[in-house]
Amino acid sequence: MTDIVLSTKGLSMRFGGLTAVSDLNISIGKNEIVGLIGPNGAGKTTAFNVITGMYRPSAGQVFYRDKDITGSKPHVITEKGIARTFQNIRLFRSMTVLENVLVGCNLSISSGLFSATLNLPAYRKKEAAAREFAMALLDKVGLTEAAGKEATSLPYGQQRRLEIVRALATHPALLLLDEPAAGMNPQESLELMAFIHTLRDEFDLTIFLIEHHMQVVMGVCDHMYVLDYGITIAHGDPASIQKDPKVIEAYLGVDDAGNK
Amino acid sequence: MQVPAFEWIKNLMTFTLFLQHIVNALSLGSLYALLAIGYTMVYGILRLINFAHGDIFMIGAYVAFYGTALFVLPWWASLLISIVFTALFGIGLERVAYKPLRDSPRISIMISAIGASFLLENLAVLIFGGRPKGVEVPKVMGQVLNIGSVSFLGVSLFIPIITFGLFVLLMWIVNGTKTGIAMRAVSTDIETSRLMGIDVNRVVSFTFGLGSLLAAFGGIMWSYKYPQLNPLMGVMPGLKCFIAAVIGGIGNIGGAVLGGLLLGIIEIMIVAFFPTLSGYRDAFAFILLIIVLLVKPTGLLGKRQAEKV
Repeated sequence: MTDIVLSTKGLSMRFGGLTAVSDLNISIGKNEIVGLIGPNGAGKTTAFNVITGMYRPSAGQVFYRDKDITGSKPHVITEKGIARTFQNIRLFRSMTVLENVLVGCNLSISSGLFSATLNLPAYRKKEAAAREFAMALLDKVGLTEAAGKEATSLPYGQQRRLEIVRALATHPALLLLDEPAAGMNPQESLELMAFIHTLRDEFDLTIFLIEHHMQVVMGVCDHMYVLDYGITIAHGDPASIQKDPKVIEAYLGVDDAGNK
Repeated sequence: MQVPAFEWIKNLMTFTLFLQHIVNALSLGSLYALLAIGYTMVYGILRLINFAHGDIFMIGAYVAFYGTALFVLPWWASLLISIVFTALFGIGLERVAYKPLRDSPRISIMISAIGASFLLENLAVLIFGGRPKGVEVPKVMGQVLNIGSVSFLGVSLFIPIITFGLFVLLMWIVNGTKTGIAMRAVSTDIETSRLMGIDVNRVVSFTFGLGSLLAAFGGIMWSYKYPQLNPLMGVMPGLKCFIAAVIGGIGNIGGAVLGGLLLGIIEIMIVAFFPTLSGYRDAFAFILLIIVLLVKPTGLLGKRQAEKV
């Protein structure tokens, strides 16, 4: 039915004596929106870091479209079509909004330094196309007018959107979002999830996202994985996750469960 | 009524002399700027002070010297060859001495830079010999030009003009091209740049190549202006240009140029106005550094860096 975009096999990441991620086996199909949830320190971001090549896993493998990408360099992985955002926004300070997106466009301009320095017409054409593409992306999230502003001068919510746009500029097929709704109120979070949903359809994406608050992702995810202390304690569709006693115990805690 | 006329001539003389000094100061300052740019770019990308940069400047000068003296090439041909060779040399140096240490503590890579500097200097003594070599200055560079009553060497006019041209080109590369945007991205955040698909090694190589190219050009021009080579010729200019980069605000290319020009102008002017102090000319750079660091620790054009979380 669906072909698998991303999968991991027995993925583990140890830092000294600490096992941050242990035996992670996930499988994400094309155009799915999949959640990775768990309490603080559960190893969610570490899992992302291993998938995107920032860390080399202690054990296990990562497959992207059936190709083993374990231990590839981050820029190679990005080139293959995996892009990500960060939990704490990591925009390029002192660069404008447009330039931040252009950094993402870097991949699509493949010409060498030589033709760039000589400013050959072919190069100029590509660069102009990149600019146009970047502006079109900014337009989608309503940041056209902010294009010339310094990225870090934007309000928080817009910075989050800009980070997503910057990731989109690398022409990904798989987008990893690390707590995209962090610091947002429930209303904003829901809007963001709707936005992510449209993104998926518009850019033909597969989305893997980390979320701390379970409620936020309930409506948007096709299925989700729950981590606790690096161990996958549950996997399934949102409804079954919500009822899973293990999840309620380990992740939601007594208070949240009571509130529900 | 003879006195005012005499006064007028006297004024003219000092004014001419002043212009003369200005030309000198600009050409020396431009040379400093060329070298300072290399320091500042490498620091911007890797937070590394490339202590061997002054020696790269020396190598550029020697290669051009051998091009004309040994292989009897025309000066412009050996200039081009030297620039290309030195750029590749700079890239190679980074690969061998800095790249393996990129994830080590900052102190290791700094010590490696100091080591590379000593190695290059001593290799130069071994290969080129310790005896100073006289440079044959190309006619265009060595001829005396007269504009009004100001006369100067061709090279003194050539240096600021070309430096300005290179600076404009560099600013365009940094601000207007994708490689430049990649450079700025890497200098802000290496990890994130990688995840945006930037090949950091390529950007670092490009930076070293560009910096070494400018250093080579500076070294060759230096050898036309002061036509004598020795293996340690890069030490003092290297040190001063590092200071120039710090004064301008390290990591900032415009700042490096400003710092270089400032240093050149102050050095020449102090010697011109206080000839008795000429023995201390090298000390002024350091005094200026101390003053600037006391008043504005980030340098003239430097911005305070927000702490990375």
